[in-house]
Amino acid sequence: MTIARFWRETPRRYNLSGSRCSVCATVYFPPRPVCPTCTTHRQSLGKMEPFQLSGEGEVVTYSVVHEPALGFEMQVPYALAIVRAVEGPLLTGQIVNVVPEDVKIGLKVHATFRKLREEGAAGVIHYGYKFAPKEEAGTGPRAGQAAEPAPTPPLSSDPSRARA
Amino acid sequence: MRDVAILGIGMTKFGELWDRSFREIGIEAGFQALVDGKLSSHDLGGLYLGNMASGAFLEQEHIAPLILDYAGLAGHHLPAIRVEAGGASGAMALHEGYLAVASGAYDFVVVGGAEKMTDVSDTEASRIVDATADTEWELVFGATLPSLWAMVARKHMHEYGTRREDLAALPVHDHLMASKNPLAHFRNKVSLDQVIHSGLVADPLGVLDCAPLSDGAAAVLLGPLESARKYTDTPVKIAASQVACDTMALHHRRDLTTLDSTVFAGKRAFSQARHKPSDIQVAEIDDAYSIAGLVALEDLGFVAKGEGGVAMRDGRFFGKGPTHINTSGGLKAQGRPFGAVGVAQVVELVRQLRGEAKERQVSGAQVGLAHNVGGTGATSVVTVVERVN
Repeated sequence: MTIARFWRETPRRYNLSGSRCSVCATVYFPPRPVCPTCTTHRQSLGKMEPFQLSGEGEVVTYSVVHEPALGFEMQVPYALAIVRAVEGPLLTGQIVNVVPEDVKIGLKVHATFRKLREEGAAGVIHYGYKFAPKEEAGTGPRAGQAAEPAPTPPLSSDPSRARA
Repeated sequence: MRDVAILGIGMTKFGELWDRSFREIGIEAGFQALVDGKLSSHDLGGLYLGNMASGAFLEQEHIAPLILDYAGLAGHHLPAIRVEAGGASGAMALHEGYLAVASGAYDFVVVGGAEKMTDVSDTEASRIVDATADTEWELVFGATLPSLWAMVARKHMHEYGTRREDLAALPVHDHLMASKNPLAHFRNKVSLDQVIHSGLVADPLGVLDCAPLSDGAAAVLLGPLESARKYTDTPVKIAASQVACDTMALHHRRDLTTLDSTVFAGKRAFSQARHKPSDIQVAEIDDAYSIAGLVALEDLGFVAKGEGGVAMRDGRFFGKGPTHINTSGGLKAQGRPFGAVGVAQVVELVRQLRGEAKERQVSGAQVGLAHNVGGTGATSVVTVVERVN
């Protein structure tokens, strides 16, 4: 993956910046140019506004992965989940700070900023969100923050200090 | 729209075909279909070729004219069209070929499906097929195709009490059927215990819940039903060919244990064919992962939502009830050369409807259904075929 391809998604992958339809108020992640919920889709064109997810959510389903995706070889076995954000959208991501066997449906989690994978020893390092159990607060830059959507997307994390 | 018939079928051995090239297998299946249908290549109107990822697997794009060329037909200057829909590429090619003949644009077309997956390493091949899911919002975060399906399985177990052994029942059945299919990738039988305790790929799915990476090709010859008897004594009518799509990412679906693409393609197909699920004697169900086959039975309406696990446990579709599934061995055991799968499913149905399935024959088979899925269900294709008496 080229640097540009990953870099252009930085606001989404680092900060969970989504979108909300100003017609029907449905929240989307990743952001969408047009609202799939509105009955006549075209009425939402140009009316999708930026919306910041809080990072709070719960596990809807999960798997413990033993045959990894490319670049995830060093992390097996790892827990992968679909998380429902409190604002509505569902996301796929790893669950960390927990023994994979302890991940359960209904587990309350919050997003945490982590290293996703490295493209070899000298390649690009990809960062983005993973999720950690809520009681394990204090491990990520956004940990412990209130579930209310923040109006401005803060970029407070220093990627060089993040760990997988 | 006029009625369309399948006049000929062809299929290569599925498996790890180290000694055979992409063009060899593509041509073999196509010629078998032409010869079986007794059609002169001078009467051919065109070629539709289902293939998912020749560029990634073989560093060769633009493969439809390539196959046509090596079939000796370059001089006829026929149209040759490649069709891609992930794991449903074969069925989608069939859909396009069907529409072309039904519309009257062409009279006779060969629909082929071919994939050569073993010329790259297993790791590379997995990366290529994972890309039928959403690369940017699933794979980048550590998802793989089997782990996404594993999350469908986990959710289904949670919602409906489906058990691990219910998932394992289909691979056991598939291997049993494939043991009677000389063209199948795997001819060995497996036990419930072996499937349950097979090495974990993505919990709860083990390696024996997952279809293999295979090489292989399959083809059918299509023509108008009204002139079918000139070419074959046993024409099979395409009673329905329907496609439906859904969100690319699994996490954006309305319900994580339902493939709405299958629900809609199925409903449209039953409506077009004027049949209901209990009218189907033979069905080839996409069981790329054991859970995929289980939810497909629900989504196609063969059982109610949530009852797939019990149906598998009772073996209701393994020869006891009105519908017998995956007589070929399914994707799990007949093999999964991605672009060839959807065409191979229909080849098996035609064998069954003609009464040529030998040891695997389901007696009195009149109506068959094929179900082929791309990715985690962003595309589903449902085809209904019927014996013409």
